[in-house]
Amino acid sequence: MSGTSGPYRLPVQATEEIDRSKTIKFTWNGASVTGYEGDTIVSALLANGYEVIARGLKYHRPRGVLSGTFHDPNCTVQVDVEPNVRAAHRLAKSGMSVTAQNVFPSLKFDIGTVNQAAGRFLTAGFYYKTFMWPGPLWPAYEKVLSRFAPGGRVAPMGTPHGHYDHKYVHPDVLVAGSGPAGIAAALAAAGAGADVMLVEEDHNIGGHLRFGNDAELARLAELRAAVAAEPRITVLTNSVVAARYDDNWVSVVQRTLPSAVERLYKARVGTLVVAPGLFERPYVFEGNDLPGVMLSTAARRLIKLYGIAPGRTAVVFTANAEGDSCVETLRAAGVTIAAVVDARTGGNVVRALGRGHVTGVELADGRTIKADLLVTATGWTAPTSLINMAGARPVWNQVAARFMPGDDLPSNVMVAGGLGGDGTLAELIDHATEIGRIAAARAAGADGGKAPLLGVDSHPALFRSTTHGFIDYTEDVQSKDIIAAAAEGYDSSELVKRFTTATMGPSQGKYETINTIAVLGEAVGASVSDLGTTVWRPPFAPISLGALAGQHAEPTRISPMQEWHEAHGAEPLIAGQWIRPEHYGDPVAEVNAVRNAVGIIDVTPLGKLDLRGPDISKLLNVVYVNAWNKLDVGSVRYGVMCAEDGVVMDDGVTGRLGENHYLMSTTSSGAATVWEWCENWLQTEHPDWQVHITPVTTSYASINIAGPKSRELISRLVTDVDLSNEAFPYMKVRQGTIAGVPDCVLWRIGFTGELSFEIHVPSSYGLHVWESLLEAGADLGVKPFGIEAQRVLRLEKGHFIVAQDTDALTKGFSAGIDGLIKLDKPDYFSGKTELAWQRSAGADDIRVVPIQTDDPNIVPPEASQIVVGSKMVGRVTSSRMSPTLKRSIALAQVPASLSTAGSALTIVLPSGNRISAHVFDGHAFVDPQGERLHG
Amino acid sequence: MIRIPCPNCGPRNSNEFRYSGEPRKRPVGDDVTPAEFRAYLYEHTNALGWVKENWYHSAGCRRFFQIERHTLSNDCRPVGSAPQESAS
Repeated sequence: MSGTSGPYRLPVQATEEIDRSKTIKFTWNGASVTGYEGDTIVSALLANGYEVIARGLKYHRPRGVLSGTFHDPNCTVQVDVEPNVRAAHRLAKSGMSVTAQNVFPSLKFDIGTVNQAAGRFLTAGFYYKTFMWPGPLWPAYEKVLSRFAPGGRVAPMGTPHGHYDHKYVHPDVLVAGSGPAGIAAALAAAGAGADVMLVEEDHNIGGHLRFGNDAELARLAELRAAVAAEPRITVLTNSVVAARYDDNWVSVVQRTLPSAVERLYKARVGTLVVAPGLFERPYVFEGNDLPGVMLSTAARRLIKLYGIAPGRTAVVFTANAEGDSCVETLRAAGVTIAAVVDARTGGNVVRALGRGHVTGVELADGRTIKADLLVTATGWTAPTSLINMAGARPVWNQVAARFMPGDDLPSNVMVAGGLGGDGTLAELIDHATEIGRIAAARAAGADGGKAPLLGVDSHPALFRSTTHGFIDYTEDVQSKDIIAAAAEGYDSSELVKRFTTATMGPSQGKYETINTIAVLGEAVGASVSDLGTTVWRPPFAPISLGALAGQHAEPTRISPMQEWHEAHGAEPLIAGQWIRPEHYGDPVAEVNAVRNAVGIIDVTPLGKLDLRGPDISKLLNVVYVNAWNKLDVGSVRYGVMCAEDGVVMDDGVTGRLGENHYLMSTTSSGAATVWEWCENWLQTEHPDWQVHITPVTTSYASINIAGPKSRELISRLVTDVDLSNEAFPYMKVRQGTIAGVPDCVLWRIGFTGELSFEIHVPSSYGLHVWESLLEAGADLGVKPFGIEAQRVLRLEKGHFIVAQDTDALTKGFSAGIDGLIKLDKPDYFSGKTELAWQRSAGADDIRVVPIQTDDPNIVPPEASQIVVGSKMVGRVTSSRMSPTLKRSIALAQVPASLSTAGSALTIVLPSGNRISAHVFDGHAFVDPQGERLHG
Repeated sequence: MIRIPCPNCGPRNSNEFRYSGEPRKRPVGDDVTPAEFRAYLYEHTNALGWVKENWYHSAGCRRFFQIERHTLSNDCRPVGSAPQESAS
């Protein structure tokens, strides 16, 4: 092939948007293709004579350009590792590897075309009927079907992907669509002082003026200059308004930026002006999907924007001025006009002839005309998606033969351009100018006046010829399928859509909805108006998961010691927003260090609330199930919180630091919930109580020092607190200086069952204190331990973990905290009413109990079922091999009738094997008397 | 995403808030039946139209407040601001 233009490239067009001085080169199914900068993939392919871009879903018929826009149902390809690229929209770039999708083994010879012969078996509802049974064969069906299913190849795992971005914007007015009406509305709104975002799906603003006549081009140049001169207008091209939600929360996806693959704008818009123009509607007749049959707007785009001749000899079927003007455009481009068939004077197209390409057209007047191009201009579909998403239900206008907005638009959504009606260019611009002015006024909270209405032009209601053809190109649904579905009783548009899958493919109804409804109307004897349109839901156009995911903007929380942990081999554990050490390589050794010497664990994520005020004990009494009246200054107490339904919500230790000063700890995951819970009680039920809460979770670094040598270790660093058992006994709190850091809080508590001190130090000194402890305790054998060792240690003591051993149904008495629940507290506390009833619950009530398997070497995995016969009655909630006891230990939820010490249990392992176990006699497996703790 | 008019901070995206339910009166006393108490816990009027709701501005002023929201249109207004004729 000589040069770069390709055999179908026309001489330079005044309107073209390609740069003939810049050549690009890419491959199409392996073959080299050249084009110009500004070419879409499809325009470059057409220039070189490639007209089959894809094959149909079911029958694998060859398909070419229909609309030549982003939404073209026939132009979806694979570009490098990216599937489902809209090739009539995506600009061609040098180096791209473009391949056809949905073809096997090749685009030219596709084995799926045998489905055409079998077509009578592939009727409406075929998937539902054929592959439903026998059920066990589905995996086999799936394997075969997936080979023939459309869609490209998803990049393999690990393929580097581009950067995706999110941005929040707050334009006063957002205009969807930049045709003359959209531009006029944007200019008027900006002129009235509004900040405007003008969003265009195509690569340039201007809409249909881009392929208009000289006068229209001149008007476009003026409009573009005015936009460029208006600093209040932000223009986004190659972007789509994907959705409109409540309060004008509008999502816009901007594509192929230099800095990001896609950017999702989350726009809070004052007034949304919907000006998308109109979609040209395909006509239904036999052969209407052959390459060479296209819409008049497609032919004009190809000629005017890309300098492509869409064919050599054309038949034009026209019902409107745009079709008439297309005849002139084709003629000017050197295309021979073999016939103009005018629908307004009774002309009609019966079928397009040809195999793999149009070779002729059969007309209603009996003529058969040789042609390689059939252009149709039979009417318009109004893309009412965005007004649908605003809650409006468009109404059918029989004169205009399209759906139009009714009078149910919310005041912050307005319509301009062809969606709203018809008119001359000047009328449309004048109308949109007024809409823009009112939109700005409404965005500013003013009235602005009533939105003017456009008139409508009369248009023939043309949908289907006397033959059957394709209605949905992406789903390969034909008009006869709609009629067959209606005969089976699917007689509403919503039903027929779901049964035939018409409108449910990638083009989502833009070209096929009206024809579907019209043909259904034919079949059931109803009008389009009677049947109504289906509801268009977001997104208007497909958007990528990458755009939705955007940047990873979730906060990560770490303690001041996390870097130290990572430098010392810690395995990270992601716990909510926190990253913390699971272990440092050998959790069993960590357990042994705590039991035999001393270990330290970073418990900074532990929720901490600083409470001040004279009424704290009232708050504690209402949120905890236990009693808090007599907590002395210097003491700490363990408490459990239940929700009002009696279900265990959180637990932790609260200490009294001063007369009116307490420090409350919560579980790591419950910190935010408990804070909100306490605020709820204080603000909504007891605003008279004087309590102020300050969250101090990250103000302190928290370390638990546990083990028989913990006192010896900490005494080397604490100078101003008497640490003896007499002066600082179990469940007491002291404040003092640790490793030179003043204002630390020391709690003598013990989740691990060992003598232990929990210290809270100002977080900026956390690492210093951590390292000081390790240095000071080197000769004692101090070891850092992680969450895994802590879980084993607490399990050895029989302590439950909220939300691990309890769940959303576990009420207080089920959790085994019977002694803690003080139903005789005089005032209401959260859960009191339900807990009072639970106390008298029967044998089915669930209990959390320590259990042991009879074979000490089997550790039943957590969530293993506990059964009676074939009935599940409970489950294992925590289980480990105890390094201290060298045997399997567990906590389990069992019915009360099986909860007494010694009760025999049957556990089903994942293998299906059943093992026996029994309820342990006591609470703690290790040190049941708690001597270590109190020593 | 709807906007919630926080009385302290002004209109903000609803994801800054936690919905805290419709205001209900807790039945108290020894003669409360489980049915009554569970109606309080679980049964919501779920009305069509203007309803009173509690919200908590967790990512803002951290105050609980009450507003009226129309469950069909999601319009919000301060409690007690209903025009006389549409009060229901």
